Amino acid sequence: MELAFSSDQRELLDAFEQFFSKESGPAVVRRAEPLGHDDSLWHRLDAMEVWGSGASTADLAVIAESAGRWIAPVPFVEHAVASPLIDEVGAGIATIALRPATADGAWRLVPAGAVADVVIGVDGADLVAVRSTPPGSGPLNHASAPLADRSARDGVRTVLGPAADMAALLARWKVLTAASLVGVASMALELALAYVQERQQFGVPIGSFQAVQHGLADLPGMIDGARLLAHKAAGAIDRGDDGRCNIALNEIDDPLALASMAFVFAADVAAHATDRSLHFHGGYGFAEEYDIQLYYRRARGWALILGEPTAELLTLADRFWPETVAAQGSGH
Amino acid sequence: MDFELSPEVVAYRERVRRIVAAHNTPEAIRVQHETGTFNNPALNRALAAEGLIERAVPGLGAGDPIELWVLFNEIEKAGSPVDALGVAVMIAGVVQHVGNDRQKAELIPAVTSGEALICMGYSEPDVGSDLSALTTRAVRDGDEWVINGAKMWTTMAHEARWVILLARTDPDLPRHKGLTMFLIPMDTPGIRVDPVHTMATERTNATFYDDVRVGDDCVLGEVNGGWRVMSVALSFERGVMGGTNPGVPLLEHTAAWARRSGRLAEPAVREKLARVAIDNHVAALLTQRSAWIAASGGLPGLEGSMTKLFASESYQKASRWFQEMAGAEGLLQLEQPGAAADGWIEYDARHSPVTTIYGGTTEINKNNIAERHLGLPRARR
Repeated sequence: MELAFSSDQRELLDAFEQFFSKESGPAVVRRAEPLGHDDSLWHRLDAMEVWGSGASTADLAVIAESAGRWIAPVPFVEHAVASPLIDEVGAGIATIALRPATADGAWRLVPAGAVADVVIGVDGADLVAVRSTPPGSGPLNHASAPLADRSARDGVRTVLGPAADMAALLARWKVLTAASLVGVASMALELALAYVQERQQFGVPIGSFQAVQHGLADLPGMIDGARLLAHKAAGAIDRGDDGRCNIALNEIDDPLALASMAFVFAADVAAHATDRSLHFHGGYGFAEEYDIQLYYRRARGWALILGEPTAELLTLADRFWPETVAAQGSGH
Repeated sequence: MDFELSPEVVAYRERVRRIVAAHNTPEAIRVQHETGTFNNPALNRALAAEGLIERAVPGLGAGDPIELWVLFNEIEKAGSPVDALGVAVMIAGVVQHVGNDRQKAELIPAVTSGEALICMGYSEPDVGSDLSALTTRAVRDGDEWVINGAKMWTTMAHEARWVILLARTDPDLPRHKGLTMFLIPMDTPGIRVDPVHTMATERTNATFYDDVRVGDDCVLGEVNGGWRVMSVALSFERGVMGGTNPGVPLLEHTAAWARRSGRLAEPAVREKLARVAIDNHVAALLTQRSAWIAASGGLPGLEGSMTKLFASESYQKASRWFQEMAGAEGLLQLEQPGAAADGWIEYDARHSPVTTIYGGTTEINKNNIAERHLGLPRARR
């Protein structure tokens, strides 16, 4: 049993904290808006060869947390999930379409869709990879994320397997996104702590007021809980555990269920932490020049791109209580 | 991270689970709710008979904090009360660490045999979170101590063999330095126990100490070292001895009711059940982390505070969601025909409010986290 990062993972975290803090500071993040992609940063990250076949989901989650802490404008999570399925990505970017293609073959709002050279996703009964030229731009959005619609038909199309194979990819995406959101939440808390100790009102730092302290003090437990859950899910994926969900005993080893749980919980925590942090920045939290607004928007945008949390929770409930499926018309 | 339990702990857990299942009977639960005494003596004795309590006592030998967590988590998940046995095991651990030979010889076997309970005399009628302001006095008289005062929330005092009592022995020293911990048999003349009935059916007590005379052999630890003894107790307790997964039996009761009543097919019901399952699992992981820190030689004080905050607030949230979900039937109590979840939803709605109060209030835990974990200045209050 070890309920903290291993020494190797701490080294990994240190290395990426150094990289992202130097290469993906707030100025870089701002410069990359509104597209949300910095190609030069991407090439430097890609050169670190983190995608090697040996990279475990758990190790990638450590890196994803660091990328989240620095809200790095690179599709780390998407490429980490999609690239192992493709023999020859080359210098390109790979991503996954989170929802199946529409009847006319469109993947809507693909994360990193504006910049990815290869998109993997479900089209009809198949899991396919489509190589095509990325549009380089997409709709303006809350998170300044490089979202774009992509075609599941036009381009070099390869069938990778049955559509059901998408579940494992989605689980990995949820876990790594959960880890990124843990990073978003932990940096939001750090920004709040720095601000409330610097900002003076009534002649004292506002961080000395109990009302402010208590608004921050429940965050570390939630953030730690989100990290533990993300890494439990990552470990289950890496071991390939078979699905066990015993709700009566609170024993859950099933990778797909744990991935959903980690995702929903981390999304909640990131939304909550960024909300509190922004609030304790006062009016400046609302001002563009302060960094917390960058985090506030990504906490929501990176999570909601999968769809409404209710749908994810209902899917989870189907795994927990499979003997009774939800009533018709639930919208999932 | 590695969340796997060792084969030894898994085997321990299976034994605990089997014994709990055999003794957490509907009759035992009925007696608890009828008497207000939330203890299961048959369960305690059965665990003791297999040596499972002895293994869990901190510092006693075979067990470790992982087993301590597993023992109480299994009892709690089954919906059986944890506090009576939890306090006894915790105090046995304190006695093992700081007790004299006689205290060890008398108390530890009495606890590990599942026979004796112990109550805690910390809070007073006018002293709660600001514990070092306590006023119960112990005055030297020859080679005896004479104790006078009143203690509040001395749960199990009416069943306990000993009380662990924090009293002021030197009013001239700074507040928390003039306190001494005493370990006193409850049949000592001068002790009176009055019941205090609570909204959650459970009975607690007020205890009164009127010229209670005890010898030096009843001092636990050093004279004027009571605050340190209490810190030892807290370091054992923090978050690993039950209290962090009350949402598990609540969810199980509620899901079973939803299945029986057909409500389980409703998306709104399923969404809430799934959310509570997530919170329950996070609470368990945070607790497991505290146990792991303790087993690695650390003191998970702050992590315990974080766990308690999260677990108690999410339990209250679940309790409220489920009662609202159940509507009018969620108002009906145990054994009432038509009660949602056999009345457990109503029971948890009465029980959950205390969990953000006892064992360190939410506000005290937030103060600790803000000052000692987040590094914020001492609060202006």
